[in-house]
Amino acid sequence: MTKARIDARFAALKAEGRAAFVPYVMAGDPDAATALKILKGLPAAGADLIEVGFPFSDPMAEGPPIQRAALRALAKGLTLRGTLDPIAAFREGDQTTPIILMGYMNPLVSRGFKDFAREAAEAGVDGMIVVDCPPEEADPLADALEAHGLALIFLTSPTTDDKRLPTVLRRASGFVYYVSVAGVTGVKEADAASVAPNVERIRKASGLPVAVGFGIKTPERAAAIAEVADAVVVGSALVDVVAEAVELNEDVTTRVLSKVDSLAKAVRFARRGLTAV
Amino acid sequence: MNAPVRPNDYAAFPDAKGRFGDYGGQYVPETLMPLVHDLDAAYTAAKADPAFQAELDGFLTHYVGRPSPLYFAERLTDHFGGAKIYLKREELNHTGSHKINNCMGQILLARRMGKTRIIAETGAGQHGVASATVCARFGLPCIVYMGAVDVERQKPNVFRMNLLGARVEAVTSGSATLKDAMNEALRDWVTNVHDTYYMIGTAAGMHPYPEMVRDFQAVIGRETRAQVLEIEGRLPDAVVACVGGGSNAIGIFHPFLNDEGVQLIGVEAAGDGMDTDRHAAAINGGRPGVLHGNMTYLLQDREGQITEAHSISAGLDYPGIEPEHSWLHDVGRATYQTATDAESLEAFMLLSKLEGILPAIESAHALARIGDIARDVGKGGVVVLNLSGRGDKDVNTVAAHLGRQI
Ligand SMILES: Cc1ncc(COP(=O)(O)O)c(C=O)c1O
Repeated sequence: MTKARIDARFAALKAEGRAAFVPYVMAGDPDAATALKILKGLPAAGADLIEVGFPFSDPMAEGPPIQRAALRALAKGLTLRGTLDPIAAFREGDQTTPIILMGYMNPLVSRGFKDFAREAAEAGVDGMIVVDCPPEEADPLADALEAHGLALIFLTSPTTDDKRLPTVLRRASGFVYYVSVAGVTGVKEADAASVAPNVERIRKASGLPVAVGFGIKTPERAAAIAEVADAVVVGSALVDVVAEAVELNEDVTTRVLSKVDSLAKAVRFARRGLTAV
Repeated sequence: MNAPVRPNDYAAFPDAKGRFGDYGGQYVPETLMPLVHDLDAAYTAAKADPAFQAELDGFLTHYVGRPSPLYFAERLTDHFGGAKIYLKREELNHTGSHKINNCMGQILLARRMGKTRIIAETGAGQHGVASATVCARFGLPCIVYMGAVDVERQKPNVFRMNLLGARVEAVTSGSATLKDAMNEALRDWVTNVHDTYYMIGTAAGMHPYPEMVRDFQAVIGRETRAQVLEIEGRLPDAVVACVGGGSNAIGIFHPFLNDEGVQLIGVEAAGDGMDTDRHAAAINGGRPGVLHGNMTYLLQDREGQITEAHSISAGLDYPGIEPEHSWLHDVGRATYQTATDAESLEAFMLLSKLEGILPAIESAHALARIGDIARDVGKGGVVVLNLSGRGDKDVNTVAAHLGRQI
């Protein structure tokens, strides 16, 4: 299983001729029970893959929404175990939706790469994105993940030129993540016209599906990116919904899943020239 | 991790991957990697270029005021009754600390690279002031990220930076202190990759920063070595420095690394005490991990979340340490002691009264251990302490702890 689940999902989407919708939710946000309810509801709301944020105290590539979400989760005492257990619970009811954990190096270093990889695989995680782990530093982690069938998913960005691309792709598996703007999450807006040639370039060089994220907030933007990319990731806009719903004392799960639904529909119908209803 | 081995030549480190043993490296988001490689290439070229070195030397002499004196502290020596104590007077540099040595080097490099916008992080404000100073001198815009908590406790330095034309951005994210200021500076850099130069203030961060900042600060150790040889006709028995991020310490240590007979002693901030969790001692109270681009000793909880540092000294209030110190500790070439807030305040007052020198509260941490070290070395020996900064900036803090109004 594991990495195989990512490959199977992208193969199925390719056959359907559409891009994947990938929501990003922060583990343990706004609290453990609600986070689990959201996680379990995501596939029915249209998630094709799921990114789960593994919070870190010092998230250097994150804009204010995800920074705040990480701090909310950590303030409630979230641990690695508390991040993995809900994923294991999710897996009891869903064997096909890939889950990618996205976080930073130090909590993995702290746990030890081998133990981390084993525990993550046992919980049903399929891949890892480690924001501050460039390919130059990736071998020990990639080895540990590979031993448990997990993919290490690499980030590429507008500053990754053709000369550098092979270095980044050397150990890439699962898919390649294209950070659509030079910047932190949730601030600048991605522009489909400038994203398209980069996706094409990375797809050709890697032979892997290319997911685009950082700076996609609305269904319109998601649809535009879905026409050119293999997967569309939305994070900050969703964690903002969590914060807003908590603030307004609304039902967090309902609000988040309805936002996911509208984004997923936009992605689903993008290449057929249809608009979401 | 592999068993640490002492090298034959310390000058050969870091290796090509920016490693000091297991420490250092380049743990940065992909968007920054090409920039970090560019910086590495630009620095390597500058380092080998005599014209760059000559330009830097000129500014260090005529603008910074180097060389700084190596001063025999006679009354301090008599007070402890041990080895002769010399003070390396970095507090006499322009802007009042060693920080300007690094800023002068980096601003010349930024100009060489054609960068037009400078960003920096600061804790106490000393590096912020030094950055604002060199930016004013070369007419470049300067944005200084500073934790909102520090902006509050270091108001005079905020005003100094403003007078020098810099913009100070108060950082409210996270714990709103130095580590968060550094996160915010990195976020700025990732967003403004094309024109921006990030002037890191201590020997932390990703390769090549630890090496580069060390090289720019090593002027302290080179001068010290020559001065002590001239005055005493021998090398010192011990060299002592306070350790925050670690730049003044590595600067004075580095030229002595291959002189195995010279003890190298760093002093970390113990805050309320090492038996509490309110300290800033990464080596004595932390364990290895990855933060701000490098592998090093860090204050962190069991889950690998970074914990906040605590010290009376804003300049030592950082949960990490430069990676070369982590390695020197592991291989046993340098040792790292600690001093509490209370001990440092006492040392602050002692030096003021005995020598007529107000030390920076950071440097006072090293002074707090100098008596024991001088006595251990014994009469007839020679020890050197890096007096990294002057204490005028700290008079409000000291007064508050003494319960005085000024
Ligand atoms: C006077 C002085 N000494 C020491 C330090 C600590 O930094 P480092 O350990 O990099 O020398 C600072 C930092 O602000 C400082 O201002």
